[in-house]
This record gives sequence, structure tokens and C-alpha cells, in this order.
Amino acid sequence: MPRIGFPYDGGMSYARYVLAHLQKDLRLEWRGRDSIGGMLFFALLVVVVFAMAFDPTAYPTIARQISGGLLWVGLLFAAMTALNQSWAREQRNQVLDALRLAPAPASALFLGKALANFAFVTGVEIVLAPVFAVFYNLHPLGQAWLLLIILPLGTWSLVINGTFFAALGLRSRNRELLLPLVLCPIAMPALLAMIQATTDVLTGEFSPSLWIKVLFAYAVVFTTACILLFDAILHAD
Amino acid sequence: MQAAGMFWLGLTLAVMGFGFYAAMTAPTEATMGNLYRVFFYHLPHTILSFLFPYLNCAASFGYLFWRSRNRVRALQADAFAVATAEATVLYASVGLVTGMLWGRAAWGIWWAWDARLTTYLLLWLLYVSYLIVRRFSAGGSTALIAAVLAIFAAIDVPICFMSIRWWRTQHPAPVFGGGADSGVDSSMLPALRWNMLAWAMWGAFIVGLRYAIERRKQQAETAAALEFLSVDASDLVEAQ
Repeated sequence: MPRIGFPYDGGMSYARYVLAHLQKDLRLEWRGRDSIGGMLFFALLVVVVFAMAFDPTAYPTIARQISGGLLWVGLLFAAMTALNQSWAREQRNQVLDALRLAPAPASALFLGKALANFAFVTGVEIVLAPVFAVFYNLHPLGQAWLLLIILPLGTWSLVINGTFFAALGLRSRNRELLLPLVLCPIAMPALLAMIQATTDVLTGEFSPSLWIKVLFAYAVVFTTACILLFDAILHAD
Repeated sequence: MQAAGMFWLGLTLAVMGFGFYAAMTAPTEATMGNLYRVFFYHLPHTILSFLFPYLNCAASFGYLFWRSRNRVRALQADAFAVATAEATVLYASVGLVTGMLWGRAAWGIWWAWDARLTTYLLLWLLYVSYLIVRRFSAGGSTALIAAVLAIFAAIDVPICFMSIRWWRTQHPAPVFGGGADSGVDSSMLPALRWNMLAWAMWGAFIVGLRYAIERRKQQAETAAALEFLSVDASDLVEAQ
């Protein structure tokens, strides 16, 4: 079992393996631009569909109370469409088999991929958050800068488990269906925390600090679990 | 083995019958009347449905440990993990349904999104998703994928429990060990103890039965694989 942080062939450190994987994924996305484009349009459609469910501009208080939840549900759905693709891309030309044979730690591959997915979903958020504020006529009543902590933490919590479970589903039938079935129940505490924290910022009624702590704890615990267990997943027979 | 199983089943049914008698003859509760008797079934099922996930988690760790060390042990651990996961879903389903009956009688609504109910529903969802994953994943990697997922679910349950507790808190405080006026009237204790014992025995029986069925399935698959290999080998010899 390869040890984390152990330099494999003298020259390359663990961080450089992670960086190499991250670079490869970013380059692939830059050339193809399929995942970000798809996610962005999908999230935009979700925003429009939710606006059919209720009139956000006529009821600003309700809009403030529920749009935190809508934003995260939209991002969750959008992220899931991209996460499945992120591993399917490695299956073409047996790249995954080559990665399995490579003398690099398996968790570096996983971290690189998770960081790349994190960058993609964050990119979508940067575009989507202003669109959301405009379409839903939102003026946050709490400390808006806290969103700069909540959004990345929430995104990382979704992406870390999403990337892991997408890899878990690589060898299964109904791969596209499997990811949401597994990810949603596991991510429920994180979803609860990110939605509550965002709602607290938007309504300004409570302090979101408790939920930020929950989110942080979730992210730390599951990042650790994913890194420890990924080796077993990659080398499954 | 079969005789022991039949004996255990007979004993379980007898205890269950006595538990039913005790539950139906226990004194009527002051505010809820006879409707409270569902409690004698709700409590054992919910308590036991929190026990099976621990066994499932332990079996999953066992599978990961023995996977590359002892093939037979690993298969046994996997069979036990399936059995306990199914028992979790069964007991949690009964717990949810009896809880809803109770809620309808006590609060006037079938369901409330309060802390305990939500956590419990999530527990149910996690283990249903575990069983679905087992069904979907094909071939030799099923056991591994399931073991990893079981560990994730086990990590998730305490986080769920704490976060939802901070979120909302209609379910009564814990009946036992919840403070000075917790606990039930001593006249109701015998019925509770008998039903606890009966459903624990029933749980052990179905887990044992499912384990035995799962082991037979594994043995049949191994035998089929070996037969396939040997046929292949003899064909090769003939061809030469």
C-alpha cells in the first residue's frame, strides 16, 4: 500500500503528482470545454425552472428564505452531470489502466481530479451567483462576505464525495443513475449546513457560524476518508 | 445447523407470542389510551435498527482487511454485511411505520421534520442506497464498492445526527436515560423487556438466515466459475 506523502522516485513529491494530475485535467477541459459549458447552461435552466414554481420578485422575503436552498440544489444537479463525465474521460483509450500501473500514489490522482472538479464548479458559481441575485432580486441582509467562505467550503464538500462516488460507479451498470443515488444521502448533512448557512447570510436573522463549522468538519472528515479509501477503489479487480 | 435454526425460530415465535400477550395486557396509558401499545413494537425496532449498522460497518472493515489476506473470511464478512444491511432497512422501515402511527395518534400528523425523525429517515435512505448500489454494481467489484460505501455511511450517521439535532428539535426526549422524569411506568416494563428480547431474537434469526443464503450463493458462484475453468481447460487439451 503506497504511503501518502512518501516520495516515490526521489524527485517527485506528492504535491507534484497532484499538480501533474490537476494540470492534465485543466488542460483537457480547456481544450474541450464540455463540462463547464454543460454545467453552466444546466444550472441556468434550473434557475429558470424554479422561477416557474414561485414568483421571486413579488415575494422578496420568501425569495430570501428559499433561494439559498435553490442555489445549492441547482449547483448539486449541475455538478452531478459533470462529475460522471470526469471519470468517463479516463476510460477512453484505457487511460485509467495506465494510471493504475503508474508508480504514482492513487490518492494523488484522486486529489488532482477533485481539485479540477472544484475549479470547474467554482467557475460555474462565479457566473451563476450574480445571475441568481439578479433573477431572484436578492439583497443579502447578513454579512455577504461570509459567502466567500461558505461557497468554496460547500462546493468542496460536494465535489470531494462526488468525485469519489463517480469513481466508485465506474465499473457498475447504470453509472449515471448511481451517482445521485449514493451522493445525495451521504451529502445530506453538508447540504443542510450549506443551505442553512447561505439562508442565514441572505436573511440576516441568525449567525451562520455554527453551519460553517459543520461544513468544515464534514469537509475534513470526508476528505480524509476519500484519500484513505481511494487506493482500494482504483485497484478493485 | 438446520435443526438449531428451526429450534431458534420456534423459541423466537414463542417469545414473540408472549411479548404480544404482555403488550396487549399491560395497563392502559393515561393520555393516549390503547393507542400507545404500538410503542412496544416501535421502541425495540428502532433500537435494534441502530445496532445493525454497527455490525454492517464492522463486517465491511473486515472485508477490506481480509480482501487480500484470506479470501474465505472476506466472503464471509461480505455475506454478513449484506445480511445486516437488509436487517437495518427492515427494522428501520418497521420503526418508521410504527412511529408514523404513533405520531398520528399523539400529534395529529403523520410526519414532522424534526430532528429525530429526519435523522432516522436519513439512516433508512443511506442503507436503501447501499442495497441499490449492491444491485447495480456488476461482477467482482460489488463487495468492495459496498464495503467502502458502508464505511462512508457509518461515518455519515453521527454527523447527520449532530447537525440535524442543531437544526430542529416534536419527538419526545429519549424515553430512557433522558433525565429525571424519563422512563416508563414500572407496570409497562415487563411487556417492553419481552418484546425487546423477541425482536432481538428475530433479528438474529433473519440475519443468520440471510447470511446462510448469501454464503450458499457465493459457493454456487465459485463452483460455477471453477466448472467453467475446468471445461475450458479440457477443451484446450482436446484441441491440442
